[in-house]
Amino acid sequence: MSILTSNNVKDQYSTEMLLHMYEDMVRIRKFEMQATVCFSAGELAGNIHTCVGQEATAVGSCQALEKTDFITSTHRGHGHCIGKGAKTDKVMAELFGKVTGYCRGKGGSMHVADLGLGILGANGIVGAGLPIATGSALTSKIRESGEVTLAFFGDAGSNHGTFHESINMAAAWNLPVVYLCENNLYGVSVDINSVINTETIAERAQAYGIPGVTVDGNDVLAVYEAVKTAVQHARQGKGPSIVECQTYRIRGHYEGDPSSYRPKELTEEWKKKDPIEKFREHLLKLGVSEDDLSAIDTAMDKEIKEAYEFAKSSPYPDVSEVTLDVYASENERSVIR
Amino acid sequence: MRKLSMSKAIREAMHEEMVRDENVIVIGEDLGKMGSPFGVTLGFLDEFGPNRVIETPICESGFTGMAVGAAMRGIRPVVELMYVDFVGVAADPIINQAAKMRYMTGGQVSIPMVIRAPMGAGRRNAGQHSQCLETYFTHIPGLKLVCPSTPAEAKGLLKAAIRDDDPVVFLEHKLLYADKGEMPEEEQVIPLGLANVKREGNDVTIIAWSRQVLFALEAAKELEKDGIDVEVIDLRTLVPLDWEAIKKSVCKTHNVVIAQEGYKRSGFAGEIATQIMEELFDELDSPVERVAGLNTVPPYSPPLEDVFFPNSNDIVRAVKKVVSYKLYEGAH
Repeated sequence: MSILTSNNVKDQYSTEMLLHMYEDMVRIRKFEMQATVCFSAGELAGNIHTCVGQEATAVGSCQALEKTDFITSTHRGHGHCIGKGAKTDKVMAELFGKVTGYCRGKGGSMHVADLGLGILGANGIVGAGLPIATGSALTSKIRESGEVTLAFFGDAGSNHGTFHESINMAAAWNLPVVYLCENNLYGVSVDINSVINTETIAERAQAYGIPGVTVDGNDVLAVYEAVKTAVQHARQGKGPSIVECQTYRIRGHYEGDPSSYRPKELTEEWKKKDPIEKFREHLLKLGVSEDDLSAIDTAMDKEIKEAYEFAKSSPYPDVSEVTLDVYASENERSVIR
Repeated sequence: MRKLSMSKAIREAMHEEMVRDENVIVIGEDLGKMGSPFGVTLGFLDEFGPNRVIETPICESGFTGMAVGAAMRGIRPVVELMYVDFVGVAADPIINQAAKMRYMTGGQVSIPMVIRAPMGAGRRNAGQHSQCLETYFTHIPGLKLVCPSTPAEAKGLLKAAIRDDDPVVFLEHKLLYADKGEMPEEEQVIPLGLANVKREGNDVTIIAWSRQVLFALEAAKELEKDGIDVEVIDLRTLVPLDWEAIKKSVCKTHNVVIAQEGYKRSGFAGEIATQIMEELFDELDSPVERVAGLNTVPPYSPPLEDVFFPNSNDIVRAVKKVVSYKLYEGAH
């Protein structure tokens, strides 16, 4: 099975687009690092799952989508949401459980959503986003409205029944959906190769009679190209594809996870393949100036600092909100009783 | 007056709502040529086409989850689980997705989705096709639950459920499908949350829903011969619960029997009994009595199934026990 890299693609992108992608990757990285600092300082409740090392999959995928397209995301979803246009201050406020967050602080790290941006929600249940994305795609087909929906899920999600059920229906009915697997090699602590019997996840596409490709998930342009092809395929009414991005999460499953189940050498090896460093080198080779890239880094530092300050200084929701929005309509009698 | 069976009344409700609103679609197994096992979507595929009659493979988790995604986009899916027992394979999209999506997005989105499912014992279908599982759903905030007992109410409540912006679980007792009932001449949309007092009485209140309402009315006739004047409340919806109707009746009769077909342990009857105890303790002249299914697996063999779920004789016995209770004599 060949793995696509950006060596297979032509360097024919506008500088504006390339810098935008670089900026988003840096934005996500700095957001995640700020979140880890906040978590260690005890400023965040619950758990957070960072995508440090996986920024290229989020940015490459979202770059291939239109603003009007939709995504579903996962428990490791900050990057996907920011890539799809979510503002870092409102995502950070959601992590802080503040009323200014995308979900008024009621969802937290694993549940950022913004319907207006086409983010149908990150999801705390592994594999749960796939049928939701499929339903969104069904809606676009029924309405002939032209949007494509992209479902992010991990290697662990690919072993869930919803993977088969969703892709089977989408393939049978040619639904406009892209199934984007971020294979970061571990489902929590379990080595993916110890629980599947194929070399790649994408080759399962054959079983559904749809295209499936495996790409270097740390190569943002390779991801972009593969997803762009899958999105075009979907938008032309030809149905779903599987795009598998092989990548690695540099930090633990959640903050505080010592990752004792992974060889340290493996993590060191993947650190050398850092998607941001890799893309930065590529851009310098293309003639982008060091100054331009450093200006982006500095601007992102400032943005994330402001996002943190916004989140920290925002109020919590009023306690009267505890039962607000359980239901949309009250009916003739109290629905809360 | 026109008479219809409950299955035809349910078909009519969905048909009228699909004609009224193009966002209403049906999703489930065997809804196409077969028209669903109980005939409730007969002819829909020809009339509305495959974009609105989504005949799925057998994958309850996948298609229920798909319906949630469609609902997030403004579609109003009416999902059919062939039997409510199959909720076991469709649990996540219902309890973790549909029920929670509005709250967890801070009110950004609602899930205007109906999950219809036949339920109940009496057809010798054994343990995996005979259960009443209301409690699975009433326990989860974010879901509403409807259990009609007559064709006209099934139609009026289903229309309200389809128009409701929240996920509504709509449970239809299999042994009521063939029962015919009078239908109103004019369109009727019955608001969720309103109980129906099916019989007025002064001595004891029987609270019931779904098929047990019919048994309660039979029991009331029988008890009349002994001079016991029974009031029967058909709750119709368990969430929202019509507490006003319960309170009014309990304050009148001061004696309560609650009849449910589902397993007694952790059943919704226990929930109602507790709420009555918490808020109306001083009104009671006797302990609240529950009539319910045995805490066993629904059996296949006819004589076993007949004793598994309660009928009017069980309700009569419970009412007699309640009205013969002498206040304070129970204490030692």
